Amino acid sequence: MANYYSDIKEIQFELENSALMSRIVELKERQFEDKDQYDEAPQDFADAMDSYDKVLDIVGDITGNVIAPNAEDVDAEGPHCEGGRVHYASKTYENLQAMRSAGLNGMTMPRRYGGLNLPVTVYTAANEIVSAADAGFENIWSLQDCIETLYCFGNEEQRQKYIPRVCAGETMSMDLTEPDAGSDLQSVMLKATYDEENDCWRLNGSKRFITNGDSDIHLVLARSEAGTRDGRGLSMFIYDKRDGGVDVRRIENKLGIHGSPTCELVYKNAKCELCGDRKLGLIKYVMSLMNGARLGIAAQSVGLSQTAYNEAIAYARDRKQFGKAIIEFPAVAEMISNIKAKLDAGRALLYQTARYVDIYKALEDISRERKLEPEERAELKKYSRLADAFTPLAKGMNSEYANQNCYDCIQVHGGSGFMLEYACQRIYRDARITSIYEGTTQLQTVAAIRYVTNGMYAQVIEEMLEAPVAAEFEGYVARIKTMAEKLNACTAAVKEAGNDELHDLCARHLYEMTGDVIMSLLLLQNATKAPELFAKSLQVYVNLAEADVEKNNTLVARMTSESIENYRQA
Amino acid sequence: MKLNIIVLAKQVPDTRNVGPDAMTPEGTVNRSALPAIFNPEDLNALEQALRLKDQFPGTTVHVLTMGPGRAAEVIREAMYRGADGGWLLTDRAFAGADTLATSYALATAIKHVCPNVDLIIGGRQAIDGDTAQVGPQVAEKLGLNQITYVEEVKEVKEVTEVLAKASDQGRAKEVIATRHIDGGVETVESPLPCVLTVNGSAAPCRPRNAKLVMKYKRALAPLELAPGTSYEDLPYADQYGKKAYLKIGQLTTADVNADLAQCGLAGSPTKVKNVENIVFKAKESKVLTGSDEDINGLVQELLASHTIG
Repeated sequence: MANYYSDIKEIQFELENSALMSRIVELKERQFEDKDQYDEAPQDFADAMDSYDKVLDIVGDITGNVIAPNAEDVDAEGPHCEGGRVHYASKTYENLQAMRSAGLNGMTMPRRYGGLNLPVTVYTAANEIVSAADAGFENIWSLQDCIETLYCFGNEEQRQKYIPRVCAGETMSMDLTEPDAGSDLQSVMLKATYDEENDCWRLNGSKRFITNGDSDIHLVLARSEAGTRDGRGLSMFIYDKRDGGVDVRRIENKLGIHGSPTCELVYKNAKCELCGDRKLGLIKYVMSLMNGARLGIAAQSVGLSQTAYNEAIAYARDRKQFGKAIIEFPAVAEMISNIKAKLDAGRALLYQTARYVDIYKALEDISRERKLEPEERAELKKYSRLADAFTPLAKGMNSEYANQNCYDCIQVHGGSGFMLEYACQRIYRDARITSIYEGTTQLQTVAAIRYVTNGMYAQVIEEMLEAPVAAEFEGYVARIKTMAEKLNACTAAVKEAGNDELHDLCARHLYEMTGDVIMSLLLLQNATKAPELFAKSLQVYVNLAEADVEKNNTLVARMTSESIENYRQA
Repeated sequence: MKLNIIVLAKQVPDTRNVGPDAMTPEGTVNRSALPAIFNPEDLNALEQALRLKDQFPGTTVHVLTMGPGRAAEVIREAMYRGADGGWLLTDRAFAGADTLATSYALATAIKHVCPNVDLIIGGRQAIDGDTAQVGPQVAEKLGLNQITYVEEVKEVKEVTEVLAKASDQGRAKEVIATRHIDGGVETVESPLPCVLTVNGSAAPCRPRNAKLVMKYKRALAPLELAPGTSYEDLPYADQYGKKAYLKIGQLTTADVNADLAQCGLAGSPTKVKNVENIVFKAKESKVLTGSDEDINGLVQELLASHTIG
């Protein structure tokens, strides 16, 4: 009877051990104003935390007892397309039904629309937990968070129409990508035209690579301004499957996340509603949608890393060679320790990011109801910037770690890992997409690098270096400080060179160094509070981080305006 | 149509995960060594009840369980899944009950708390006793029809007067259920009220629901409170005053006017004479047909080995 939540003490630690949590709950619950109106609303902070724990226990239970046992069959069967509709793998329906009857949809939505009013941090934990069993299923289920964008930018009528349906378990999709508009969404060409006669918008054209593209409610990016070619001509629309007009032409045959249908969609005069204002589709709404989705992928990556760790250590304890369990061999033990260290470090970054997102989102929501006080406005600005800076770091670093961890997990299994009989092969394939979709790691770097060069991360790092640490770990402060100094020196050198191309070439290296330093600091704080959980990971991770900083330091030093040519093949 | 449904549920030691200390030297179950769980087939029974509640809004589902204070956990678990509430039947005088005394207690309680019950649904059997007797005995004691080994409640409907009259109770409702029998499935109909016992192969129970868990997480039976304390002494005490559903019903022998001679050890003719460990030695099995000759042979063999007789 595995429980994917209560079995993992580190997740509980991340939820409970942050000074930000009480502020998050206070904002999210508006001083507990729902407590007399809704039977399920918390009375106070402790009550809210207890409810979060209990809800996640349900997620962990369903994940352990329904989703995990189904994962292999879902992966093998996959969805299929028939008559323009997607049919999920049979056990995907079982998974969805379990989540629906547990009421685990619309988790972050306010209670007045039928939601659970949970913080993003708690929802992030749910994402991580579900992904650990089946990352493909997690995609379908977690697309529920598209509703955040509709909630933020849709009108009240749209909120009342759609949010209760999502809370009741209807699925969503975000229809962005097109054959010629992948990373470059400004090139989206799906046509939206206003139908005067019927007083509605119509969509015509096609989309591809749409995850869960046959969902009940779609958010669609389309060109509403005829004759435009850039991002300012794009608007966001809501398409309701009940209205018809969108068919699935085919679904992709993918390397991994087999349970998740990736669709090519055809829009034939499909009726839709404008969401928010015209022309803000890409520049405002999709950016919001993407930030939510990126946090989701960071959580998915951490879930995969957790499974990589579980599978690797279980196999290494069980498998005997040369008369002993292979975990006894340092070469194997190191791989497993590295997985654990990256897992713990990445998870710390994930939840720190989620907390930042929570505070700014809750304040932003309050600002829709009343004018914020000056100190609240300052708080909103601070956390909104932190969320913007940390989201691409959490997504990029964790997705790369998930790939490394799943690779090492197979390595621990040796020849058996290459056979299709252990879970490690599935997570290895599933992990591969995490560093690609919702923006490749290269694009996460683009999103994050401005916060390297404008000193934002440097400031966060400086503050974190001041935080008190347990006496036994004091030595780490100096080591991390040295890493930070190298990062600052590299940043200064790149800025000084004043060469845009060199800047872009070095960006990834500065980005990784930033990740190394911030995660080292987060783990240092975790180990200070809970050495029994994090002392080993702290030591292993800082060793890795120092080596990685040194590597990137060398690369940045060797990359000069003159040597750029060497990085360009004819 | 609204139905009044009672689900019979039992808290049992988890005998599916037994360790070396699962049995006492006396051969009884060492309850402290095993986690207490919701008897698995009672969860299947609960699911059938909750499906009827989904289908017929206004239907009530209440759990009746007999046991010590901690058995109220079963009622809470059912509420987390959609049950309206329940009663903990608890009294020292109920202790040591065999199936006869248990069914007496349950039937007496049902008459007391829910005289208008339409359906009484329980699991086929509990994993600690494996008798499958309690459900049928409750039906007998209440003079109701019983459908055992139920796979699925297919339909509950209002019926014509002719059928209703045939039901003695004069109530015009009927249940149609499929039951698992050797070599097939039988579809049975019965007027209500009726007792159903449900198989483990029936639909699994739905998971706990997030909102219901948050709503009911503080629900407690009086016996779960620390001795000498009351609801007023608990954290969030005001909630117990405002929300009656947080106080789980509790019934003693006196509450249900039970005849003490028929309760607990006093009302239990079953005595465990001896417990032996069985080690299966036979490697081969014997196939018997249904012929008189084979049956006769088997009876003779069992008589000779003193297995029966």
